[in-house]
Amino acid sequence: MIRFEHVTKVLGGKSILDNVSFEIDEGEIFVIVGPSGVGKSVTLKHMVRLLTPDDGRILVGDDVVSEAHGRGLEKIRERFGYLFQGGALLAWLNIVENVALPLHEKTDMPRDEITAKAREVLAMVGLEDAGVKTPSEISGGMQKRAGLARAIVRNPEIVLYDEPTSGLDPVTARTIDALIDRLRKEVGITSVVVTHDLHSALSIGTRIAMLHGGKIIELSTPEQFVKSPRPEVQNFLESQFITKEGSWERSL
Amino acid sequence: MITREPEYFPPSRGPLGRVGRSVLFWCRSVGQTTILLGASLSALRFIFTRRTRGEILGQMFVCGIKSIGVVTIVAVFTGMILALHAGIAVRDFHQEAYIGAAVIKSMLMDMGPFMTGLILAACVGSAMAAQLGTMVVSEEIAALEIMSIDPVRFLVLPRLVAMVIMTPILSFYTAIAGLIGGGVICTYLLGVNWGLYIDNAIEYGGDVKDLYVGLFKALLFGVLITIVSCHEGFATKQGAVGVGAATRRSVIISFLMILLVGMLVTGIFYY
Repeated sequence: MIRFEHVTKVLGGKSILDNVSFEIDEGEIFVIVGPSGVGKSVTLKHMVRLLTPDDGRILVGDDVVSEAHGRGLEKIRERFGYLFQGGALLAWLNIVENVALPLHEKTDMPRDEITAKAREVLAMVGLEDAGVKTPSEISGGMQKRAGLARAIVRNPEIVLYDEPTSGLDPVTARTIDALIDRLRKEVGITSVVVTHDLHSALSIGTRIAMLHGGKIIELSTPEQFVKSPRPEVQNFLESQFITKEGSWERSL
Repeated sequence: MITREPEYFPPSRGPLGRVGRSVLFWCRSVGQTTILLGASLSALRFIFTRRTRGEILGQMFVCGIKSIGVVTIVAVFTGMILALHAGIAVRDFHQEAYIGAAVIKSMLMDMGPFMTGLILAACVGSAMAAQLGTMVVSEEIAALEIMSIDPVRFLVLPRLVAMVIMTPILSFYTAIAGLIGGGVICTYLLGVNWGLYIDNAIEYGGDVKDLYVGLFKALLFGVLITIVSCHEGFATKQGAVGVGAATRRSVIISFLMILLVGMLVTGIFYY
């Protein structure tokens, strides 16, 4: 569904992605992990052409997103939902208005239907009571959940999650994980998740890719990932108290 | 596409390199501002959509009604100062009755549009740059683009239309408030009858050409302030520091453009 072909990207004079190739299948939860500054978010932004590769190309289905412009790019982007790290909610709109915004702008649905749909999606992320508040009146975690509601309100085929559980308490983080998993199982949404949180990655991911030094050094199922012989992967696992012999088991 | 990739430039070599780079950046900035203006004009076809209409009214309230206090104070004092200076110049010839004509002519032609432009650049333009800059930093602009919502149509168009409508109105209001301010000085300091002052202002003051040139200038200032401020906001980099820098640049560039364009328009219409 999404294919990276020999993608190279240099930012600030530093090579972030170095000839990276991989493919994400329809309906999977593809998790990209790695230490900070390694290029996880950069990889995600390439998928919707917020960044353009210096070399190589990125395909979404049969469309080359890395070369798309204008209406063509718009049509590709309409297939995506995107959850930003900070939620990226518009400060002057309340939560319902934020979630309803893509429907108001891009559909001909009547106003009351739009509001009902926005409230329904907000209920899915546990924010049924926060609708009339503005983003500054709710916590960071709630902002993130509202951002998630906005990302999925138009029933996109693919949802990109940039650190969906960072800064959240463990209970809320697991709620978000469960929601991502539910969207895959019930609606068949393809998800790409960028995270530091290996517990989350191992719980929800169908495959996990680890970025290191501009390259994908490991790409495997969660079960194979924890058993990877690569020292970089093992170090990363051990930093979060996950070992090969493992106390880890899939919780979703 | 408004969202821009992070840029990296190696340190420039020597003073000549630095000057060259500044010139290149300046040229690029002018080009980007022109493109933004073109994109805003092409978005005008969405002006009658329900959401845009609502946004325009909201922005008209911000740049018109919320600025009216400071505009009134500045306009009244400008009229008073003009009347005082004119009074000094003409009192030896006992022509104080004609101060009204001088005040209204200069307020309609130049002082009204200039004062309005400078106030709106400082109050409204800077707020636009700061708001859009903050939206860039917090990835709200990127979020709009991913939702396939054009930031130019969604954010710039309502501000542009509101400013194009409100700047000439405020400019005319400034001229009238200045005339009243000048009248107060004439009546209470220079001993001119209020009725005579107003009669002379209407009889010998600005003609229709002064009025439409002044309004045209104000309209241009409205466009300039909006496009410059929005461009600077969209070009924000480096977090909160970048927002501050964008705000400062938007005010400085708007001020300079107002002075330059105002002078050019006067030159074109009167010489």
